Amino acid sequence: MRDIAVVSVAQHQQKALTDTTEVELMVPLINRARGAVGLTQDDIGFTCSGSSDFLAGQAFSFVHTLDAVGAVPPISESHVEMDGAWALYEAWVKLQIGGVDIALVYSYGKSSPGSLRDVLSTQLDPYYLGPLWPDAFSLAALQARLMLESGTVSEQRLAEIAVRSLNGAADNPLAVRSSAGATIDSVLAEAPIADPLRPSDCAASADGGAAVVLAAGDRARELCERPAWIKGIDHRIDPHQPGVRDLTRAPSARKAAAQAGAGDDRLDAAELAAPFSTQEHILEVELGLGPHTPVNASGGALAGHTMMAAGLMRIADAAQQIHDGRADRVLSHAASGLYLQQNLVCVMEGE
Amino acid sequence: MAERLRADLVLEYPFTRTTGPVIGAFLTGLREGIILGIRRPDGTVLCPPTEYDPETSEPLTELVEVGPQGELESWTWVDPPRSQSPWDQPHGLGLIRLDGADTPMIHGLLVDHPGELFSGMRVVAQWRSERGGHIADLEGFSPQESPGTGQ
Repeated sequence: MRDIAVVSVAQHQQKALTDTTEVELMVPLINRARGAVGLTQDDIGFTCSGSSDFLAGQAFSFVHTLDAVGAVPPISESHVEMDGAWALYEAWVKLQIGGVDIALVYSYGKSSPGSLRDVLSTQLDPYYLGPLWPDAFSLAALQARLMLESGTVSEQRLAEIAVRSLNGAADNPLAVRSSAGATIDSVLAEAPIADPLRPSDCAASADGGAAVVLAAGDRARELCERPAWIKGIDHRIDPHQPGVRDLTRAPSARKAAAQAGAGDDRLDAAELAAPFSTQEHILEVELGLGPHTPVNASGGALAGHTMMAAGLMRIADAAQQIHDGRADRVLSHAASGLYLQQNLVCVMEGE
Repeated sequence: MAERLRADLVLEYPFTRTTGPVIGAFLTGLREGIILGIRRPDGTVLCPPTEYDPETSEPLTELVEVGPQGELESWTWVDPPRSQSPWDQPHGLGLIRLDGADTPMIHGLLVDHPGELFSGMRVVAQWRSERGGHIADLEGFSPQESPGTGQ
């Protein structure tokens, strides 16, 4: 296996990018990620992106965003209709194969023009669930009630997770929902938005994007003072039909964490991309995170959830902590699908 | 000056799909007013049925009739109703495990008020009079006993 590291990150997130197109969003981000390590597109051997035509409302919408990269002369490029964390996985595989030493990964989502909780119905199977158009909050509420009534989690614990996000996000300029003064009582006093879920249990949706540069071996050391070396990365999936799964658990997250070696040593930080407090709780359990590992210190996905980029943003957040010397070993996570159906875990270390 | 050319653009996905021996049988059953599950090798029954075993990926073929009564495993209240859903009134959404099945399906709950819903309650399928082999042939599920008990 080649040693591959995250050497540069750039991200932006806000409540709504009303007057900004996806291309206009990504031009400065890609320039920042490349420029911070002195690279131009000529230095990049492989470019991979993640986005969703269902958000853009147009087939092959990612082709437009390639304008932000500079695709002439022709480049080696790929796209996943998934969170950018999976684009990063593809780039990591490409670098493992060899012949390429540097890769650019980016993803973005702009869900503000529509109602994300309804648009997400399009990811459901087209026969049993999709035609009923159950919205994402209502579906998550079914899971939440199962968890509460089975004793998998308490309302108090869910409120603690919500408060952790609200308080942590207070100093995070990229967060779109924060409250330094939020308390468990103030969260428990909120009226349910999808009974039993309260607004603070549900991620605040946002528009934004992230760009990440990966480099292999000595190239990474040349470009970055303290590269975030990817020590393990893995993604796994559970069955699609919610009825056949135990919705209080996420076995694929546990398996991905084990494959990525998450439990092999102490973790200084964990960044989880859970769109609901209930799912953040499930992940903490499945990933084996103990009280010594700060989780989503800057608010995480609950404080700002950019569809298609929330996972890549967690990788960027975690890598930044290695770059800055704030952490030596970090875990980042990305999720896709209904009820954490698919999970990706990436473990990074500094030298 | 040249006349500007105009043409209508109809955005469509002009494809048809066959639903296959399992999903197709389930949807045909709905049209006939029955609900089908499918038996796994261990004897348990999945409803709605899948073509493959979710754990072993073995093909599944033994369809069995389940319901129309069942038990509510979890619920929430949807108000306002979502614009593209089959429901135009506030309604419940539930995980419903039908009698004879071991897994729950997600569908609507037809009550006037969330106070009428509780986990473990008995529910029964309500059918539309006009059915075409679609999941919305089921109008939803309503309380099997008189509502308001068990609160």
